[in-house]
Amino acid sequence: MSISSQDARQEGRYSFDSFDSQLLKRFLKEMLRIRVFEQRAEELTLSGKVVGGVHLAIGQEAVAVGVMMALKEEDYVTGPHRGHHILIAKGLETSKLMAELLGKETGIVGGRGGSMHMADASKGMLGVNGIVGASIVIATGAAFTAQYLIRDQAAVAFFGDGGANKGQFHESLNMASIFKLPAIYVCENNQYAVETSVEYSTAAEHIADRGAGYRMPGVIVDGLDVLDVYSAAKEARLRAGSGEGPTLIEAKTYRFKGHSIGDLENYRTREEVQEWMKNDPIIRLKLSMEELGLLDENGWNAMKTEVEQEIEAAVQFAVNSPEPNVETVMDHNFSAEVTEHA
Amino acid sequence: MRELTYASAYAEAIREEMERDPNIFVLGTDIRIRGGHFGQLKDIGKTFGHKRVVDTPISEAAMVGMSLGAALTGLRPICDLNFEDFYLGAMDEVVNQIAKVQYKFNGQFKCPVIIRASSGAARSTGPQHSQSFEAWFAHTPGLYVAMPSTPEDIKGLMKTALRGSNPVIFSTHKMLSSLKGHVPEHDYAIPFGQAKIVKPGSDVTIATYSIMVSKSLQAAAVLEKQGISAEVIDLRTIAPLDLDRIAQSVRKTKRLVIAHEAYRHGGIGAEIAASIGETVFDYLDAPIMRVGSKHSVMPVSPILQDAITPNQNDVIAAVNSVMEGVKV
Ligand SMILES: Cc1ncc(C[n+]2csc(CCOP(=O)(O)OP(=O)(O)O)c2C)c(N)n1
Repeated sequence: MSISSQDARQEGRYSFDSFDSQLLKRFLKEMLRIRVFEQRAEELTLSGKVVGGVHLAIGQEAVAVGVMMALKEEDYVTGPHRGHHILIAKGLETSKLMAELLGKETGIVGGRGGSMHMADASKGMLGVNGIVGASIVIATGAAFTAQYLIRDQAAVAFFGDGGANKGQFHESLNMASIFKLPAIYVCENNQYAVETSVEYSTAAEHIADRGAGYRMPGVIVDGLDVLDVYSAAKEARLRAGSGEGPTLIEAKTYRFKGHSIGDLENYRTREEVQEWMKNDPIIRLKLSMEELGLLDENGWNAMKTEVEQEIEAAVQFAVNSPEPNVETVMDHNFSAEVTEHA
Repeated sequence: MRELTYASAYAEAIREEMERDPNIFVLGTDIRIRGGHFGQLKDIGKTFGHKRVVDTPISEAAMVGMSLGAALTGLRPICDLNFEDFYLGAMDEVVNQIAKVQYKFNGQFKCPVIIRASSGAARSTGPQHSQSFEAWFAHTPGLYVAMPSTPEDIKGLMKTALRGSNPVIFSTHKMLSSLKGHVPEHDYAIPFGQAKIVKPGSDVTIATYSIMVSKSLQAAAVLEKQGISAEVIDLRTIAPLDLDRIAQSVRKTKRLVIAHEAYRHGGIGAEIAASIGETVFDYLDAPIMRVGSKHSVMPVSPILQDAITPNQNDVIAAVNSVMEGVKV
C-alpha cells in the first residue's frame, strides 16, 4: 500500500499554493532536524553510548511536525515510547534530548528517563511514555484542565496503532467526547506494533472509523504528507478551541526502521519497506518545493548544513556532559514542597 | 466537644479545602447527587456543582489517568474510586504513571493526585468488594498511603493530602464510616509519617492502623483487666511509615504485636517486624507476632468471613503469646 500526495489533494484538504514558502521551509527544516537527530542517535546507540532502548521514528516525521505546527505553543502534548520526533517538534532542545539518551546529568530529565521518558514542563510537553496507551489518558486530563481553567489550550495525545487497542483509548475517547474536551487524539498508524500488523490486530478497517462510535470526527490523513497532516490538525485545533470537542486523527504512516534498534524485521519484506520509502516525507516535500521553484540546491544545502551543525553540537554537548551525581539518586520520588499550614 | 462521624469529618475536610482552593475538584461515579457509594460526599455536589464535582463514566483507567493529566497541568483532583477493589482497572495509571512521574521527569512536575477508596471487609461484601491493597501501594516508591482510623485523623490527614504536592492513596475503611469521634473546631492538618500513641502502656506494643486500631483498643481493655498493659500505636500513614515511634515504644515494652486487616502473608506487618528486628532486636524479650487476615479469598457467608478476618480476640491471643515469656 502506498499513499501519494495526489490522494490528499484529491480529497481537497489543502492546496499547495495556499502555503507560503517560509512556512514550507519550516516544515522541511523541522522534519530534517528530527531525521538527522535520529540518525545520530542510531549511530550512538550502535556504538554503545546510549543507555536504554531506543525506538526511532524515521519516516514518521511529518506527523509530529504537521500536528505541532497547527498547535499553539502553550498546548499540551503527550507521546508514546516512540517519541523523539514529537519532542523535537514540540520545541525541546536537541542538546538536552541527546544528553538524555546518553544518561547524562544535563539531559532533559537528568538521566532519569532516557529515550522513553522525556518531558519539559516549561514547554507543555507532559512526557513520552514507556507504557503503550498511557499517553492517551494523560492528555485527556490536560484537556480537562484547559476546560476547567477556561484557557485557550488544547491537549494532544500521540500514540500508535498498537495503543489504539488499549482500554485507555476507548475510555478516553468516550470521556473526552461527553465532556467536549479540547483534545486531539493522533494515532500514528505505522502499520505495526512490534511485529504485529495492524490488519491482524485491529477489527476496524481504519482506526479513524472508531471516532464515529464516540461521536467525534475520525479523520484519515496521509502521514507521509506533512501538509495533509497539518491541514487536518488545524481543523481539529479549531474544533477544540471553539468548544466542539475532540477529534481523532489517524495518520497512515510507516516506520522505515525496525521497532527498536537491533530489530531483525523478519515480519515484513524489504520490498514493502522500499515501496513506502518512495514517499519519504522529507524528499517528497523537498521535490514539491523544487518543482514550484520554492527551493533550490543552494537553499537545500544551506538548510542541511545548519541542521547538521546543530545536531553535531548536540552530540558533542551530550558526550562531554558529566554523569549524574549519585548522591541525588533518591531525589524527586516525592516533591520536596512542604505542606502549607500543616 | 464536637463529635462527627468518620464520613462527615472526611466530607468536612473536602468542603473546607475546596472553599480555600478553587483548583480542587472531585471526580467519580455517582458522586454529584448521591455523594458516592458510601454517601461519603453527600451535599458536596449540591454545594459545588457539576464543574467541581464531576460525574464520570465507569472508566477507572481514564479517571485515574485524567487525574494525573489534570495534576500535571495545575489542578488538584480527588479521584473517588468507591471500592478499593476497583483500583485494579487503573493499576497501570497508579503504579506506572502517577508514582513515577515526579522522579522520572527529574522533579519538573508536581503530582498532587489523591485517590480515595474504601478498603476492608464489611458484612458479606465478598471476594471482589472487601480487599485491602495497602501493601501493594506502600511497596511502590512515589506513593503516600494514608489509612485513617478516626474522624479527627481522617480530616487532618485529608487536609495534609490536599495541601501537599504528592500523590496520596487515601484508604478509608468501610466499617468506620459511621464511627463517631471528637473533631476539633479549629483548622488543623496532621502530618504524614507521624504515628500516634492512642493508649500508653508498658508491657507490649501493638502497632496497628485503620479498622484494627479500635479492635486493638478493645483488646487492650480486656488485657488491662488481665494485668497486661498494652501500648497501642496508630500508624495513621503506612507510607511513610513511622518506624522510629514503634522502635521507641518497643525499647520500653520489649514486645511487639502488629495488627492489620489485610493479609498477614506479605503484609505491612512483615515489613514492620523485619525492620524492628533489624534495629531493636536486642531489646526484644519475645518473638514479634503478626495479626492479619488468613490467606484466602473472602467468602460472602458471615461465619466464613469472620473466620478469615482478624478481630480483638486474635490480638489478645497474640499479646498473650508474646507475654508468656515473662509469666514463667
Ligand atoms: C502496556 C504495554 N504493553 C506492551 C508493551 C511493549 N511494547 C512496547 S512498544 C510496543 C508496540 C507498540 O505499537 P504501537 O502502539 O503501534 O507503536 P509503534 O511501536 O508502532 O510506534 C509494545 C507491544 C508496552 N510498552 N506497554
